[in-house]
Order: sequence, then structure tokens, then C-alpha cells
Amino acid sequence: MITLTVNGKQHQVDLEPDTPLLWALRDAVGLTGTKFGCGIAQCGACTVHINGQAMRSCSVPIGRLEGASITTIEGLSPDSKHPVQQAWLAEDVPQCGWCQSGQIMATVAFLKQNPKPTDADIDANITNICRCGTYERLRRAIHRAADLMKA
Amino acid sequence: MDGNQTSVLTRRNFLVTGVTAAGGFIIGISALPHLAHAVTVAAQPWNDGEGHNPHEIDAWIAIDPDDSVLIRYQRSEMGQGSMTALPMLINEELQADWSKVKIEFASANRNLREKKVYGNMYSNGSRSIKESQKLVQQVGASARARLIQAAATKWGVPASECSSANSVITHTPSGRTIRYGEVAADAAKIKLDKEPAIKPPSQWTFAGKPMPRLDVVHKINGAAKFGMDAQVPGMVFAAILQCPVPGGKLKSVDESVVAGMPGNPKVVKLDNAVAVVADGTWWRARQALAKLQPEWDVGAAGSTDSAQFFREYHAALDTGKVVTGRKQGDVGKALAGGGKTFEAVYETPYLSHSPMEPMNATVKIDGERIDVWVGTQDALDETEKVAEHFKIEAENIYLHNAYCGGGFGRRDGADEVIQAVTIAKAVQKPVKLIWSREEDTRHDWMRPMAVVRFKAATGTDGMPTALQARTVTGSVVLNALHKLPPNGLDFVSIQGLATNGYAIPNMLIESVLKDTHMPVWWWRAPGQNQNVFAIEGFIDEIAAANKIDPYEMRRKLLAGKPDWLAVLDAAAKNSDWGKPLPKGKGRGIAICTDTDSLCAQVAEVTVSPKGEVKVDRVTAALDTRYQVNPLTIAEQVEGGIIFGLSAALYGKIEIKNGAAVQGNFDTYRMVRLAQAPKIDVHLLASGGEKWGGAGEPATPPIAGAVANAIFAATGKRIRKLPIMDNDLSFTV
Repeated sequence: MITLTVNGKQHQVDLEPDTPLLWALRDAVGLTGTKFGCGIAQCGACTVHINGQAMRSCSVPIGRLEGASITTIEGLSPDSKHPVQQAWLAEDVPQCGWCQSGQIMATVAFLKQNPKPTDADIDANITNICRCGTYERLRRAIHRAADLMKA
Repeated sequence: MDGNQTSVLTRRNFLVTGVTAAGGFIIGISALPHLAHAVTVAAQPWNDGEGHNPHEIDAWIAIDPDDSVLIRYQRSEMGQGSMTALPMLINEELQADWSKVKIEFASANRNLREKKVYGNMYSNGSRSIKESQKLVQQVGASARARLIQAAATKWGVPASECSSANSVITHTPSGRTIRYGEVAADAAKIKLDKEPAIKPPSQWTFAGKPMPRLDVVHKINGAAKFGMDAQVPGMVFAAILQCPVPGGKLKSVDESVVAGMPGNPKVVKLDNAVAVVADGTWWRARQALAKLQPEWDVGAAGSTDSAQFFREYHAALDTGKVVTGRKQGDVGKALAGGGKTFEAVYETPYLSHSPMEPMNATVKIDGERIDVWVGTQDALDETEKVAEHFKIEAENIYLHNAYCGGGFGRRDGADEVIQAVTIAKAVQKPVKLIWSREEDTRHDWMRPMAVVRFKAATGTDGMPTALQARTVTGSVVLNALHKLPPNGLDFVSIQGLATNGYAIPNMLIESVLKDTHMPVWWWRAPGQNQNVFAIEGFIDEIAAANKIDPYEMRRKLLAGKPDWLAVLDAAAKNSDWGKPLPKGKGRGIAICTDTDSLCAQVAEVTVSPKGEVKVDRVTAALDTRYQVNPLTIAEQVEGGIIFGLSAALYGKIEIKNGAAVQGNFDTYRMVRLAQAPKIDVHLLASGGEKWGGAGEPATPPIAGAVANAIFAATGKRIRKLPIMDNDLSFTV
């Protein structure tokens, strides 16, 4: 049994310590908002926060996570009113939506480090893949979220 | 204002404008109205109860006594937005209070049981709207007429004296009103003598304006349920390894190696694959699967590779069976006529669709009944494919369609569903089958490879007098539909070549089919996505050699076609075409017609002396003839360009020893934010007989526009994709 603290709640997870956090979240904890895209930390669809840091959960074994604070897309805000979520809504960013939990979680952590990012900052830091190609709106939404968070 | 279209784009303020069929402007938006999100689609779009609602007026529409309206949407939602647009069209006629509308997927099972009351259910070929706009408008108009008739009967007045708006029916002479919810039960019993007429787009008051997509609220908080998110009590998880060489068979596998591994793994042998099921998590199934060392019977295909295929395709240009796709004038005579002649060969590789959500299906079998949870682009067709495969009644299959995590043409083959059913039968438990990314890439049913040879002649004015194109390519039609039309022509193979709009007096477009063992399938803008790159590159070659501006040459070749010219001009004029750029920067233009729409694009690129390419900016114009939701059309243009750009810059699946080499995003590279150009979209709606599609037409032009821009920047002509395989370095 491994105890995972996810979105402020403790979960006893009966899985092997080498199980990636992604699969523990989806299959044991039952939170399916975190998505499987590649399994090799390439695409970012599985991005969650571990102690506030954006991490690609497909490549983080749960054995290392006892005592860590894990936040998934479901725990980002109680009412989907986080400024990044609001910016996503306002710019109508998602298409298929599969990558967007990861895009949002990556952006939330990024804006904490870079509250007023340039386009070059965004290019260097938000590297998640969106196969639908929502980048035009995604970029606008990141800037909009930065403005909302400042306000 | 520029002609009949305009648009303004800044980084923060996006204004979509277009012209309606009636000539009125669609008003743009800078911040999307949040009010619109009051309308709800379900986070779980399918209905497990198979859809019978006690307050139904018909299979499409239910209205509760409290006026809430349920609209059933008969197609799929993979991000293209028609789950928003088609209900908008229903409501254009129904005139319900939009804030009280809920939308769910129509049931494929019910469709089968009720004489296909929903018609076909596909979302492919950019047809979701163009092929059901009349049907859904009629659905809305009929329901409204029955509601009005029910009110009129209740009041004892002629229906002609009544009207309705915003879910309220008014008897005009007396001013009496009644709500939809109060007469819905009576309306359900009414049969109309005559179906009411539907509104032409010029009379729309609701559809045609930008509407934020309704599914987005569930896609910012993890709530949206995709196929992979289905949870069925008692289910086990399955991972699969398919024979690396498509067409090969499983010979043997030592199952003992998984004994004692976590999750009680069990090996299931399929004809052409081996699967492992495990309890608790898919990860255990994948770990156990990784221990297996299956032996495959791969046959002769196991020694093939891409280089060999390309050699064979080149040879087939002269030795293959040629079928004519389009013919006018006498190309042979014109080519031999003494003018300047041109010849070039263009190559494009296999490509995987690679939707972000890898293929998966969840299956529960209970006696005769099979429940399937899957995100599919065609719930009805997949149901029928599964029934056919297992020789069972389709009515016993209950396919619960989920949101698709991307489709692009891949999600309608039912191969993953058939595997999941096979595995569930073997282990006698509900099963969730998930393909790894590597399986998804390598066992994609690919965009075919192609080799296209062009010949042309030009007259004394430098303009083409003859154009011949002969493609050698795999047959999507044979792979997907199993037979060719009576004329023997694979109509996909010549899409983009034969559909060119150019006035060239002598033209011959020909197709040679040559399949390998790799299955090929519909990829976003089939045929077009590779042929437009080829023909638009070749036209550019002719223009350059004859020192004619490539935009001006296209203008001349499209003279007399105002719709083509409007799209071409919109892209060119908004792109600063003609404004000088320094060495290493260039602009390129390309145009096509696809799914009855027209799309032109100008790409602006920077190429470094080392040969690194950055696409800085794309100016796109799309004419869909009509617009239901201009916002989603613009989004499809943006997304379609990125999809085509990944293919243009990086996309290739190579074959070695009969197997796909690239398996994951580290080797099958995608455009990310850092490579994404600024995209400026201009929408037009020229009207006419046919409606155009939106999902695909923006994908074909981008590769040609970028390749032509690279030529303008460097003088280097790209005849082979992906662009990254070309040496573009130059001396400053």
C-alpha cells in the first residue's frame, strides 16, 4: 500500500512502487482527467503538479511520492474558475481536449515562475503537444491568464 | 473592407468576419460570451439508457414540462465542433430558449432499432454539417410546427395565427401565450399533414454567428469523458502487441514468463497479435506484455523497406496500370509542340494519424448483449463492422460513443473494438484495451506514400499550355471500401491533382495504384494532403522558371472563377504579398478545393544559412460557401494548418524489415508552440448550390505554401517530404 495525497485527499493505493503516477491516478484513484499520450514524457498530456512543480506523471513512479502533495486538473479549482481555466474558456482553446488538462497544468506552474511571460518564454517552457493544433489560441490564453492573474 | 470579406487579427483581439449568403456581415467577437456556456452538453456525452426520454417529441428532441430541451446530436465530437453547430441549426428552426438546451449523443443502437431515424452517423470527410444541414433543420422545423399545432388545438385557433420564439408560442390576434414545456406532450402525438419548409441561410437569425463550443467547459477541468475514461465494474486492463509487420500472424509465444507478475496477468493470443490482461491497472498489463517474446510469421513482407518501395513506385510510373482521372485537350501533342517543357517528380511518405488519445476500447459482454465504450468517428458503422466480424445481430451491440481524443480519419475502422471484444470473450470479464503510443503509431492505417510525376509545356507568354500528372500511390478506396468504382478509378488517389482549378487547355491526370503490405486509410484531407503539395510546388516551378510571380500566375490560371480568385486574393493581400524580404526569408502561396470549400494560404518562412526552417506566419483564406459557426470554422483552419505543418516539416513513417520504424513522439515529431506560426484566418462564404466542409480543407495547402516559401527564401526546390530531410543550407 502506498499513500498518495491527491488534491488534498489521502488515497491508499495497492499498486507496485514502480507504477507511474499516471496509471495510479487513472486506474486506482479513479481520476481520469489526467491523460495518457505517449508514456515517455514527450507530449505532456499527463502533466500534474507534484509539490507545486509541473511533472509528467507517466514517468514518475509512485514509490517516490509518499508524503508529496499531488494536484491534478480535477483539483485545480473547485469551480473551474482558476484564471488559466477562465482564459482557456474565453479563448475557446480546446478542440478534442485530450491534451488540455496537461496544457493547463503546465501553464499554471509556468505562470507562477513567469507571471508576465514573453512569447519566447512561452515557446521555451510550454512544450506539450497538441495534435489538433490549438497553439494560436493557447498562446493567447496564456497571455490572457497572465493578465487575469495580475488583475 | 476588401471585397466581400475582411478580418482583423491582433495578438489579443481576434475578430472573425465573413459574409453570409445574404451578404450581411457576421459580427466579430473579441471576448467570447460566457452566457453561451449556459447551454450544456454532457461531460459524459453518451446515454447508457439508450436514449428513451419520457418527454420526447421524437427521437431527436425531448422537452420537459419545465421547458428544458434535450437535443440529440447524431455525429461525433473530436474537436471539430459540430456537436455545437448542428444543434445550432436545429434550434434555428426550433426557436427554443438556447439557454435551456442540453445536448447528448444519439444512440447508434436506437438508430438501428428505429429504421435509422438518425440517418448516417459519421464525422469524417468534413461532412458532419454539409451532409446533414437540411435533415437537422427539418427536425427542428417539424418539432416547432407540432408544438405550435398543439397550442393552436388547445386554444381552438388556426395554427397559422400562432408563432413561436424563445420557447414561447403566441396566438398573435389574442396575445395569449403558452410555453413549449406545456404543450410538448401533446405535440408528441401530432402527425403533420405536410412538413414545414426550412429556412434558407439568408433567413437565419440564430445560426451563422460565432458560438463558443459547448464541449469546452468539460475540457478545462478534466470532466469530459473520452473512450479511455470509461469505467466498468469488474473490468480488467489489456495491453496489446500486434505483429510488427502488418498482415503477419502470431506463430507462438511463451506465456509462462508472465506467471507470478502483479495483477494476475493472462496472455490472450489473437490471430495477428498477443495481448495481456491484468487486474488493477493497465500498467501491469503493459509490464507483463513487455516480457513476452512472441514469434511471428511475417512472410515476404518482413524483408521490405521504404527505399525499396520508393524504387518500385518510381518504376511503376512507367510500368504500372494507368487509369485516367481527368482529361482535356491533347497533352501528348502539346508537350511535343515545341514550347518550353518541364518535368519533375514529387514524393511523399507514409504517415500515421497519431491522435493524442491512443486507440482504445472498453467492452462488457453479457449473454448476447455487447456493450462498447469507445470514441469513434462513426458509431453506426463501427457497430455494423463489429456485428459483421462476429456474425451477430447489430441490434445486440450497444456502442456508447465518447468524446474522441482526436480522430483525423483513424477512428472508424473498428479494429480496436474487434480486438477488445475478442479479448473480453477470452477472459470472460469486462476489458479495457489500450494501445501504447508505439502500437498506435506503428499500427496506424497510414496515409499512403505517393510518387507523382509531372510534365508541362508553356507557351510564349510563359503560361502553361499542357499539364500531365501521374501518381503512383496506395489505394485508400480499396483498403477502406474493398472495391473500386466501375471505372476502375480510385477517386482519392487523384484528389488535389484532378481538382485543380487551373485553366490549362491540355490536361491529363492519371492514377497508378500500387499497394504494399501497409494498410492505408483516410487521413485528414485524403489524397489532397499530399497531392496539393505536389501540384502547387510544380506550378511554382513553372512560374519561377518563366519569371512570373507565382500569385500572378495563379490569378491568370484562375481567371473567370470569382470564388477561387476571392480566396486567393484574400490570402495574398493580407499576407503583404510582394513586399520585399531579405535573403533567407520568403513567401509561398498555394490553393486548393477540398470538400467543396476553397482554401488558399501564404506562408512566410525564415531559413537560416545552416538550413533550419522557421515558419513565421501563415495567412489563410477559406470559403466554406455557408457558415453555421464561424468560430469553429476558424479553429479548424488554425488546427488544420498545424496538422499539415507537422507532416510537411517532420512527418514520415519509414518501413524497415516490413515494420514501421517511428513509434513515439521522440521520433515521429510534431509541431509544438515554439514551431507554431502566427496564423491569420480570413473566412468567406460565397453561397451557391453546395455547402463546403471545414475540417479538412486547410490541411492540404500548407506544405506547398511552405515549400514554395523556402524556394523564395533560398532558391532550393523541395520535391520530397518531409522538409527536414532536405538540405536547405546556403552561403550568405
